[in-house]
Amino acid sequence: MAARVPASARAGGARFAQFKLVLLGESAVGKSSLVLRFVKDQFDDYRESTIGAAFLTQTIALDENTTVKFEIWDTAGQERYKSLAPMYYRNANCAVVVYDISQAQSLDKAKAWVKELQRQANENIVIALAGNKLDLVTENPSKRAIQTEDAETYAKEAGLLFFETSAKTSENVRELFTEIAKKLPLDQAGPRNIRSGPRAGVDLRPEASGTQGAGACSC
Amino acid sequence: MEEIAPEYDVVVLGTGLTECVLSGVLSVKGKKVLHIDRNDHYGGEAASVNIEALFKKYGNYNAGEEPWKKYGRVNDWNIDLIPKLLMSNGELTNILVSTDVTRYLEFKQIAGSYVQQGNGPKATVAKVPSDAGEALRSPLMGIFEKRRAKKFFEWVGNFKEDDPVTHNGLNLNTCTMKEVYDKFGLEATTRDFIGHSMALYLTDEYINEKGAAKEAVIRIRLYANSMARYGKSPYIYPLYGLGELPQGFARLSAIYGGTYMLNTSIDEILYDGTKASGIRATMKERGEEGDGMKFTTKAKKIIGDPSYFPGKVQVVGHVLRAICILNHPVTSTDNSDSAQIIIPQSQVGRKNDIYIAVVSSAHNVCPRGYYIAIVSTIAERTSNHHVELQAGFDRLGKVEEMFLGPPIPLYEPLESGVNDNIFISKSYDATSHFETTTDDVKDIYRRAEGQELVVEGLREGQNLVGEE
Ligand SMILES: Cc1cc2nc3c(=O)[nH]c(=O)nc-3n(C[C@H](O)[C@H](O)[C@H](O)COP(=O)(O)OP(=O)(O)OC[C@H]3O[C@@H](n4cnc5c(N)ncnc54)[C@H](O)[C@@H]3O)c2cc1C
Ligand SMILES: Nc1nc2c(ncn2[C@@H]2O[C@H](COP(=O)(O)OP(=O)(O)O)[C@@H](O)[C@H]2O)c(=O)[nH]1
Ligand SMILES: [Mg+2]
Repeated sequence: MAARVPASARAGGARFAQFKLVLLGESAVGKSSLVLRFVKDQFDDYRESTIGAAFLTQTIALDENTTVKFEIWDTAGQERYKSLAPMYYRNANCAVVVYDISQAQSLDKAKAWVKELQRQANENIVIALAGNKLDLVTENPSKRAIQTEDAETYAKEAGLLFFETSAKTSENVRELFTEIAKKLPLDQAGPRNIRSGPRAGVDLRPEASGTQGAGACSC
Repeated sequence: MEEIAPEYDVVVLGTGLTECVLSGVLSVKGKKVLHIDRNDHYGGEAASVNIEALFKKYGNYNAGEEPWKKYGRVNDWNIDLIPKLLMSNGELTNILVSTDVTRYLEFKQIAGSYVQQGNGPKATVAKVPSDAGEALRSPLMGIFEKRRAKKFFEWVGNFKEDDPVTHNGLNLNTCTMKEVYDKFGLEATTRDFIGHSMALYLTDEYINEKGAAKEAVIRIRLYANSMARYGKSPYIYPLYGLGELPQGFARLSAIYGGTYMLNTSIDEILYDGTKASGIRATMKERGEEGDGMKFTTKAKKIIGDPSYFPGKVQVVGHVLRAICILNHPVTSTDNSDSAQIIIPQSQVGRKNDIYIAVVSSAHNVCPRGYYIAIVSTIAERTSNHHVELQAGFDRLGKVEEMFLGPPIPLYEPLESGVNDNIFISKSYDATSHFETTTDDVKDIYRRAEGQELVVEGLREGQNLVGEE
């Protein structure tokens, strides 16, 4: 892959880095809900599971000097009939693979998605496994279909971060994204094409027209 | 697996660019769209493929060999099956910006736009001049011709369609382009590069067609304005290849609720009288056991590419196309990482131009050190197609690998779709850019929706779930 322009910057000791994060997992496990909780601190019981949050960003301050910005790509439902495009995986720096702890099948599906990521995404992608809908189990332990130890053992073997989460109560949601941020290589960050970020290529927006001489393109 | 809805406003068949743009636009406008492709990938005939897939598609190696292995990691290759470039001021750029699909893509300039004069060893390849200043420096013209060309470009630059004062006493709605060229006293070779490398006509038919002058002037202006936008050439190209374009519009469609199904074949188009009313289909992954998932759904309309409707399309021509892998830049292109070279038909005794599109690792379509050059033209004879492309091959120098298949038929629908509710796109034509593709998008939209497609402000007032 050609070198990309790093989207990390250092100004007066402060560090700012930007990463592309993708969500994967079976339909209805709560991917979009996790994003909504993380980005807007909201939850909606009756969300139609088909309509995905399009393209969201959220920043996390790791410490006084370090800010990580996630450019979050939700599946937009294209996972449902296994129709995700290569574009989705391209240049992803990190991924959250989600399963539903009340659905026995969903961890196997998550494992398959991890394999798919390893096949299609960057070699050094940071992957977190999230067992979602923890609130259901807290309320009624008999609803648990996947034991914490089983998922944890798998995550360890596969080298994944692991959390049980609830998009509904927000339990562990922030922790999940924070741990990912900590594991990312802050000095060589950079997804492409966030609107506010530096871009390697030409800017198509009308206001950019005429302002880019031959020198403005990265060659 | 969740149930497929019993009815959709639109079922779209095929994930080529035309279909994906329409799917995206219709979803944004609130239509319930089901988008299907029989393949396991997006893009259909216009996909970008890796080098292993390319060898396998053309079958140009002996059984047991794995020739792709000497070309590095196969996934570092994204080779377009159909070469096209975006005009940076063209309609596709406009649609990309209006729909915000630019969020998912990154573009780079094509480093140069060239035209050939003469044939064989004596041929000159030079940059296409696009304004009065460049005309004066161009080796394509002698000293007096340069001044005439400068006058012509100044006139084109000042031309305003609705201001007759700028029309130089010509009625462009009725006159021919020949009359325009005559008025400026331009020589045949100058007309050639203007008509073919700027107006991008494939043949000389436009010259004597009455009333075609306005269209020609508008095309030259598009070229010049596109050129002025970024500086090096009028063309831009998406990193990772053209296959990113349909994927980007498919994502747009999905975000607005469109449902996507790859690996799905259409078993039957269902009719209600003469009008299509639904589909019967099967989703089955390659290698999957069993019969797959069979389903039936109703559709108010069906949109699709010609391959889904063999009985409803006709062949209107054949394109010849050779995909060439080089390990050096193309000569006479100033060692550019990318270029478009046009060989006007008259220069090499043909009726149709030969196009060469070159991209390289600068566009993340191949490993460092490689160049992908695609040579294409419209077939004019029934055999020896290799010979028809020879003038293009002469430009390339040493070729590591060539993929040349049989002539590729170009299809067009027989009917508009008003009678059967089936709205069929055209094959990607032999032009080097997407302007005809977006014309087709607009034409299908008009036929299917009964109104003009306006992309400006398409997403304004649309409440996108979760948008910043
Ligand atoms: C791979 C392929 C698939 C086709 N599929 C269909 C189809 O599904 N439906 C359909 O209506 N037509 C199909 N055709 C085209 C069909 O065979 C005829 O070429 C066409 O209908 C006749 O048009 P014409 O008389 O204008 O072409 P002509 O004037 O006979 O030929 C125009 C050009 O097309 C090329 N050409 C014509 N026929 C062939 C051929 N069979 N193989 C290779 N090159 C050829 C010639 O080299 C010539 O340069 C296909 C052609 C090819 C190559
Ligand atoms: N109880 C509970 N329900 C959840 C949780 N997360 C998501 N859901 C519900 O699960 C359904 C599917 O969620 P969604 O986010 O659309 O899943 P996606 O298809 O994976 O994006 C919705 O009805 C959500 O309200 C959670 O943490 N707890
Ligand atoms: Mg979702």
